[in-house]
Amino acid sequence: MNPLYLEVAVVVLGIILLMAEAFAGAGHKRGIAYAGIVGLLGILAATFVADPAAMNASAPYANFYRADFLAMFLKQFALLATVIVLVMSVEYAPTVEASMPSERRGAGLGEFFALPVLACAGLMWMASAADFVMIFVSLELVTIAFYILVSYLRGSAASLEAGAKYLVLGALSTGFLVYGITWIYGVTGQTNLAAIAEALPGLDNAVVPALLFGFGLVLVALGFKVAAAPFQFWVPDVYQGAPTPVAAYLSVASKAAGFVVLLRVLQTFVSVPELQEKIMPAIALLAGATMIFGNLAAIPQTNLKRLLAYSSIGHAGYLLLGVASLGAPFAGTAIMFYLGAYLLMTLLAFLVMTIVAQAVGGDDLSDFAGLNQRAPQLAFALLLAMLSLAGIPLTAGFLGKLFIFECAMQQQHYVLVALGVVAVAAGFYFYLKVIRAMYWQQPATPDGPEIEASPLAKFTIALLCALIIWIGVYPAPLLALIR
Amino acid sequence: MSPLLSLILIPLVTAAFCMAGAAPRRISLFGAGANLLLGLYLLASYNIEIGGFQFVSEKALFPAYGIHFSLGADGLSLVLILLATLVTFAAIWVTPQIERSAGMFYACLLFISAGAIGAFASIDLFFFYAFHELALIPTFLLIGIWGSGERQRIAWKVTIYLAFGSFILLLGLIGLWQAAPEELRTLDIRLLQQLGSAGMMQPGPVVYLLLLFGFGILIALFPFHTWAPEAYASAPAPAAMLHAGVLKKFGLYGLLRLAVPIFPAEIQQFSHLVLILLLGNILYVGFVTMAQKRLDLMLGYSSVMHMGYAFLGFVALNQLGLGGMSLMLFAHGLTIAALFALSGEIARRTGTLEFSELGGLAGLAPKLGLLFGFAAMASVGLPGFSTFASEIMIFFGAFTRGTVGTFDWFQTATALALWGVVISAVYMLRAYRRVFWGSRGSAVKEGTEDVSSGVRWAVILLIAGLLLTGFRPAILLHYLNPAFAYLAS
Repeated sequence: MNPLYLEVAVVVLGIILLMAEAFAGAGHKRGIAYAGIVGLLGILAATFVADPAAMNASAPYANFYRADFLAMFLKQFALLATVIVLVMSVEYAPTVEASMPSERRGAGLGEFFALPVLACAGLMWMASAADFVMIFVSLELVTIAFYILVSYLRGSAASLEAGAKYLVLGALSTGFLVYGITWIYGVTGQTNLAAIAEALPGLDNAVVPALLFGFGLVLVALGFKVAAAPFQFWVPDVYQGAPTPVAAYLSVASKAAGFVVLLRVLQTFVSVPELQEKIMPAIALLAGATMIFGNLAAIPQTNLKRLLAYSSIGHAGYLLLGVASLGAPFAGTAIMFYLGAYLLMTLLAFLVMTIVAQAVGGDDLSDFAGLNQRAPQLAFALLLAMLSLAGIPLTAGFLGKLFIFECAMQQQHYVLVALGVVAVAAGFYFYLKVIRAMYWQQPATPDGPEIEASPLAKFTIALLCALIIWIGVYPAPLLALIR
Repeated sequence: MSPLLSLILIPLVTAAFCMAGAAPRRISLFGAGANLLLGLYLLASYNIEIGGFQFVSEKALFPAYGIHFSLGADGLSLVLILLATLVTFAAIWVTPQIERSAGMFYACLLFISAGAIGAFASIDLFFFYAFHELALIPTFLLIGIWGSGERQRIAWKVTIYLAFGSFILLLGLIGLWQAAPEELRTLDIRLLQQLGSAGMMQPGPVVYLLLLFGFGILIALFPFHTWAPEAYASAPAPAAMLHAGVLKKFGLYGLLRLAVPIFPAEIQQFSHLVLILLLGNILYVGFVTMAQKRLDLMLGYSSVMHMGYAFLGFVALNQLGLGGMSLMLFAHGLTIAALFALSGEIARRTGTLEFSELGGLAGLAPKLGLLFGFAAMASVGLPGFSTFASEIMIFFGAFTRGTVGTFDWFQTATALALWGVVISAVYMLRAYRRVFWGSRGSAVKEGTEDVSSGVRWAVILLIAGLLLTGFRPAILLHYLNPAFAYLAS
């Protein structure tokens, strides 16, 4: 099967879900989410039988659509993330209903379930984009879906504020991207990455500054997408205001797609040694700043969502450290492994947070006090997510960090590694803060409402927990998949 | 199933049962007892004639990266495993009635035990590191939930400090891995030792310093020792027993396993630095110990101080010094566990550990006094206890290390370190007098009960171990010495 059909299938699924929304009864809106989950799982299975070789150089579209290993990995990644986000969205549905002006049951739910599916198609295209035009179009498809999703809670001022911020900064970063592409096009006469790579060695030295300027602008735009410091300032406000599943989606899938585009663009430019000398220090600088900022700024946070937002900045820093160490032969695998581990632990944390916040009515750390007494299983799941995020051995998160730092040491980035040590120690501090709240502190309302989760959510939580430990102890299968 | 795997799984399964429900104390006593018997059995069935690592089992988890789940034990690891099982059993035995979530308390203790045993039994660097790290979280919970005093602040400090130390250690281990030639890269400790002693890898001084300070932070090497006394004072007695008695030995074990065979030149190169730091442990911390006004803090500082002797044996880098150091791991583990068990009992009987409020306790609780006397004497290093044997081996080893006939760094340091024996005699005897003799303190009331039978028998077990190995250190040295025999030639 040609991998092109994967995205087509996702788009068709998204449109069917949107149309079904018009006919589904008020009480059956959740069926749309379940249909989306089943459909996406089917497409996820199809990615394993898709034949990337069908997109060889002679195939139509092959000059802007690439189905290499990295692309297939990110497609599977995006599909899995979207499925889990839909599970989360079902749990989150009561909040969405409550914020709609209409009194009707199930108001606004259909689109809330269908839009992530469309964004998923954009993410999958981004994974394959081999041409700046394609990168731009797929990125916009994702971003526009997110504009709607972030400000989805119409009744909530925080959500609207987050939406406005995301809109303005998203538009700004798009501007950077387009302007950067223009400069690169102006110098090389090409938008296709492969063609640019061919044109680069023959360039006159006089145009190199212009080329670097263009690349710098693209880097800034991608810095916004992956939340690298100093382009991270939108993250905490947007995550806190956005509906929780959307924040989770932003922090996992959108970030991963940004990294894949960054890797593709970088591969094009670092093939020329003179450019590599100028570009890699900039990446290293971003990595150091992002690691330090994300982890240190997380320390004083008292809201779990904000804390996870800063944590997602910190993890972008570790990933950038991997990107800065691309010279190491293992670095590509290390980055993909880290992304996989990051998906599991971050989505687990957001899923548990969605369920608890729904029952308790808030997502401040104090709302999680004494969770161990009220819902020991959920507390244990969140404990595991935090341990993995902090990088305790025998969890997936530890191996991810181990591989990245191994590559960095091999590339002799000793300063960055030293900064990384500070970042990891700070990370321990704030992740343990969550554990402290759950296990040491007494609940504010000991006889609060029962914390309930649907069987599907419980199953997903158990599955994610099992995967985190399994991959942490026995990484061979995942590594075999991404080598 | 390999016997070493059962040693790790028994506490883990027991911990699962404890968390699941009923009668945690009985279950964990049973599990820890079974583990102790298994540890003794392994020691007995180890074949000293053959030597090397035995009971080896390997399972490749990620062959391309060389990560194996491989377990194996030589004489040194078996002695430490015996220490771990013995102290775990004693710690569970002395655990008093727990008010709040008792199952979780026992589970945390068993997790620490499993982590320590796993680290001692691993011959793969990855699991060697991972098992130790696994024990960090239960320590955090034990201090944070059941600790005393400023438990929350202290739990933070300890966890961050130890996480920082283990991360530096991790970088050192990565450096070690990268130092081997590409086609020979391995995480197998046995192969690394061979590569190192054959001179086929030279990781260089940076990696050595990363290991030294990574392990050093975990051992509380001066000036990175400030986490330890507070932690032991705040932790509930069984947790302090396990951490000071067993888990802290991981760092010294790591130095013996990795630094000694691979970095002999670097140990020599930096021996002056280590000598100065260890004198900081012995003399500076020794004086700080004398100045303490509370028994638990004093015991915490004394345990930091004794680590200085262990480092002296380490830099001596000869069979005598290293043999003494490894014997000390065992002897100090039992001693400090007995002392923390007894100080916990004193706190329960009188409600305080301030010297100013104690005194004359021996009149009301003679058995407690007698046991404490034994443990204090063991800590001072009185002949007859294995602490004496280990210290004298270390001093002889370090003294003969220097140039014979002159008085160089090693001899000077040994002569200064000997004063540590005097210092520890001063603070231990003074503590003994202030708690048990003299006029009755304000907290010592009429009707104070004597030591409970659980604590009594647990401490007798520990002291018996100390006396047995003190009168016949050969029992253990028999197992320990072959590990360093190659240094004799």
